[in-house]
Amino acid sequence: MKINKRAIENQEKTIVIDTKKKGWRLINWQELWQYRDLFLFLVWRDIKTRYAQSILGVGWAVIQPVFSMIVFTIVFGNIAKVSSEGMPYAIFSYTALVPWTFFSTSLTSASGSLISSKNLITKVYFPRLVIPIAPVLGKMIDFGISFLILLGLMVWFGVKPTIWSLMIPVFILLMMLTSAGVGMWLTALSIQYRDIRYGSNFFVQLLMYASPVIYPASSIPEKYQFIYSLNPMVGVIEGFRAALLGTRAMPWQYLGIGSLMAVFFFVTGALYFRSMERYFADVA
Amino acid sequence: MRMSDYAIKIENLSKRYRIGYEQQTRDTFAEVISDWISRPIKNYRRLRSLTQFDETNGEAEDIIWALKNVSVAIKPGEVIGVIGKNGAGKSTLLKILSRITYPTSGKVELNGRVSSLLEVGTGFHPELTGRENVYLNGTILGMTKDEIDRKYDEIVDFSGVSKFIDTPVKFYSSGMGVRLAFSVAAHLEPEILLIDEVLSVGDAAFQKKSLGKMEEVSQEGRTVLFVSHNMGAIRSLCSRGILLEEGRLVKDGEVDKVINCYLSSKDISTAGRLGWSEADAPQDKELILFGIELVSNTGEVKTTFQIDEGFEIRIHYQLREEVRNLRLYLRFKTTMGETVFATYEDAQIQQGFNRKPGHYTASCKIPPNILNNLTYRIYIGFDSPGHKVLIPGREYLEVDIIDTSDGYRYAKGAFDGPIRPVVSWQVDERK
Repeated sequence: MKINKRAIENQEKTIVIDTKKKGWRLINWQELWQYRDLFLFLVWRDIKTRYAQSILGVGWAVIQPVFSMIVFTIVFGNIAKVSSEGMPYAIFSYTALVPWTFFSTSLTSASGSLISSKNLITKVYFPRLVIPIAPVLGKMIDFGISFLILLGLMVWFGVKPTIWSLMIPVFILLMMLTSAGVGMWLTALSIQYRDIRYGSNFFVQLLMYASPVIYPASSIPEKYQFIYSLNPMVGVIEGFRAALLGTRAMPWQYLGIGSLMAVFFFVTGALYFRSMERYFADVA
Repeated sequence: MRMSDYAIKIENLSKRYRIGYEQQTRDTFAEVISDWISRPIKNYRRLRSLTQFDETNGEAEDIIWALKNVSVAIKPGEVIGVIGKNGAGKSTLLKILSRITYPTSGKVELNGRVSSLLEVGTGFHPELTGRENVYLNGTILGMTKDEIDRKYDEIVDFSGVSKFIDTPVKFYSSGMGVRLAFSVAAHLEPEILLIDEVLSVGDAAFQKKSLGKMEEVSQEGRTVLFVSHNMGAIRSLCSRGILLEEGRLVKDGEVDKVINCYLSSKDISTAGRLGWSEADAPQDKELILFGIELVSNTGEVKTTFQIDEGFEIRIHYQLREEVRNLRLYLRFKTTMGETVFATYEDAQIQQGFNRKPGHYTASCKIPPNILNNLTYRIYIGFDSPGHKVLIPGREYLEVDIIDTSDGYRYAKGAFDGPIRPVVSWQVDERK
């Protein structure tokens, strides 16, 4: 029955193609819903093919943050003696690496996504928004796995989570919103300017130093705190630490400003993406 | 379903593209340096101009109009052939109708579910199995998962690769991949189907099967827009034709008339000639194939001939060295890959013949009223029998044979079989 209903839904529609702008609707949710199967298959393809014909398979989702953690612990924890607010440096940095790895890998794959999907864009219609959003969802699997490792590490180091851990889903949402927003910007820019694709890897690397991954946010001087808090990942990472490690109080200021910025990135990203999507097939 | 007068209504559709700039060359070191510094700014302007058009210089040199003021109204159930030479705007039209690219001006209304088939196997991923690709490709083409679930067995049966359905597609032969992909596409059930030249895939038996499927689809009351260079296929599938020329609609009407109009436009004639320079010609130590031409009795070079019009295939080659028993062979093949007949240049030469170095033109005369109303492929090769292959045989040209006579409708067009010779009949009443 479900099938027929959907078929009829589609039939009754008159599609109009013209040169008019689409008004202020940011995202056509109804259409995205219609194409949900495609969306899910693309996410699934992304996950399935990423680790095809590799020995470690999903193990790679673990290796990246775990090895970064080991290197950071040696270099920043033991040699440079960066403050870890009383926590073992390993878990201090790994707690930050879990959301950070999600953010950085979903950005790099979003910025390459339109180009690697060029073949699809020039041959079939589907809501183009699927392309930058699919990798963000796809990376959630990796995030889930590395989060489990984090829980394991907490047991190992005997760290007890605080009651604020109930806020974790909110942080995850904030993290996804930021990734999707910046991802839409990068995707739309990258199809016309290939520099974005080359530059974004590098940019994301630099951005890591503007986020409290290897050091605590408290070591940023007071006068730079406001600029620093414009980066939504600061709130996310410090939120993770506050909730899981209890190294600090809840970073409400970072979270407040960060959420506003995340919404700003998402809205402007969606607007820019929408204004550019009609040219994708022509410039791809 | 809501009744509407038109399945597709196209009004004043235009599409403009910007084509690439020519790069200036720099030959002094200072120029190279200054160019290098100013290049990012120039690049930025150029890349930006791909999406920004300055309205005041709409006719600038680097702009081409792929479509210009095209208006067509198509009723539900019509099967329309879109004809035109390469670059006439056929594919752009289909791309706009399938919402891949957007028009510069004008408007299109589509009533009904649209599926477009601009390529076979879009989104196929080599690492995924056949089964997984059926689902992926199906959803990409606009089917829902439930729909694919229902048709899955049919799709796999039709493709004939059921034995390997759980094997990753990268281990498939290219023919198998294409068959599976076409099979998914053939099971789409849209009200409006847009197809761009996809029938020329797969092996002979499969092509036959897909052409049959296409005919079935076009008789099911769907609205079909079909782009093809194969006039035979257009004629057998479509009732109405539209002819595009440099982005403009020049003829719209009954398919035979539109095909005739297209064939009589003289631009197409050059396509019957294939020529190479010495560097990229098919060649061997002893022999270079310089060109192949299809020439009518009136000396015109073209690719389409009337069924009652004979023509000549001229093959220009050069021998660099003396070759013993040189044999030039030519085969007529159907688009399904079956040989209709073969013929040899040496048929008149006795054994032990040596051809001296020099330039030669071999002409092969094809008499009228032999070939059927079909597209044939011309396969040519050179060898020295029992000794060596000089240029291995392959298909070089396509020739369309058509019957546009005003004859009685059952006595014209394509008959059964690969050839349609005129033979004499006599009927005597027995007393």
